[in-house]
Amino acid sequence: MSHPANPLEAIKDEITSAYDHNPNDAHDTHDHHHHDEETKVTLGFWIYLMSDCILFATIFATYGVLKDATAGGPNGRELFDLGFVAIETALLLLSSLTFGLSMISMQANKLKGVMGWLAVTGLLGLGFMGMELYEFNHLIHEGAGPDRSAFLSAFFTLVGTHGIHVTSGLVWMAIMFVHLSRRGLTSANRIRMMELSLFWHFLDIIWIGVFSIVYLMGAA
Amino acid sequence: MHVPNEPTLHKAKDPHTELADHHAVDQLNHDHRHGAHDYGASHGSVKSYLIGFALSVILTAIPFALTMLKILPAASLIPVILILGVIQIVVHLHYFLHMDTSSSQVWNNAAFVFTVIIVGILIVGTIWVMFHLNHNMMPGMMPMG
Repeated sequence: MSHPANPLEAIKDEITSAYDHNPNDAHDTHDHHHHDEETKVTLGFWIYLMSDCILFATIFATYGVLKDATAGGPNGRELFDLGFVAIETALLLLSSLTFGLSMISMQANKLKGVMGWLAVTGLLGLGFMGMELYEFNHLIHEGAGPDRSAFLSAFFTLVGTHGIHVTSGLVWMAIMFVHLSRRGLTSANRIRMMELSLFWHFLDIIWIGVFSIVYLMGAA
Repeated sequence: MHVPNEPTLHKAKDPHTELADHHAVDQLNHDHRHGAHDYGASHGSVKSYLIGFALSVILTAIPFALTMLKILPAASLIPVILILGVIQIVVHLHYFLHMDTSSSQVWNNAAFVFTVIIVGILIVGTIWVMFHLNHNMMPGMMPMG
């Protein structure tokens, strides 16, 4: 890496190299720089996830307060189909595994493997969202929409917020696919994949809370 | 199309582009240059992902089976669901998000501990306060009747 005399040029150089780095022109000094960059970027993303955790905590707390406020309407035991939820859960769990396999392909520099497993993950996520939208539609047609009771408002808010996150993850995956097919496994794309994997696994953790507290405890 | 082909990557010095068969040899250089693996996330092997997956399938199947087959009464079922849920979250954090106690993760862990405290205060506090509010606002219990 050349070192321009002008400090501003040097900074510009650093920034460009952090985002448009190709592994083929890696140097040792370069590595160190990237390495720090990666740790910093993933820590930043981690802090975003933690703040998202607090968002979900407030919605979980709201649900906990309102879960018995059914206003004479149906309660969880009457509404939830646990077999259906078990399949949704299986799809999301499998998608966490397939994303893991995509990350392993990335460590082994197998672009096809990364993209293939990412596609499988995306399809599993789409399946999950399809099932969730079907459930919402079914509930609303049964007269158990978010306007029926405080319990159902809280239910739709909690499960819907998770669903919006999963949808964002799917959009991100589609964009990631374009990034990967255009530039391959560059340093910037590796950072993006790392963050996307953290995001996706994080959503699976939130889902553990949803199926335990909403569906299982609701039906218990 | 800038898709790098594998032979070129083979020669790359970037620590992340090591190929599996070079791993043992490169490991020494790698550690010498950077200390241990320490970029916060994304490490794991097929085996560790499969172990994590198997554990979480078991930890999901048990509460679903207990609830669907109505094996336990609600009073003992709810704590079992919650405890298994917490264990499964820990399994996911370890096997999928690769949280550990290495020094490079110290800030991730600090943020995590802080978040757990806030989440605990938020959820327990809300439910506690609202339970007492409901209790004290029951019809007939109002001082003004």
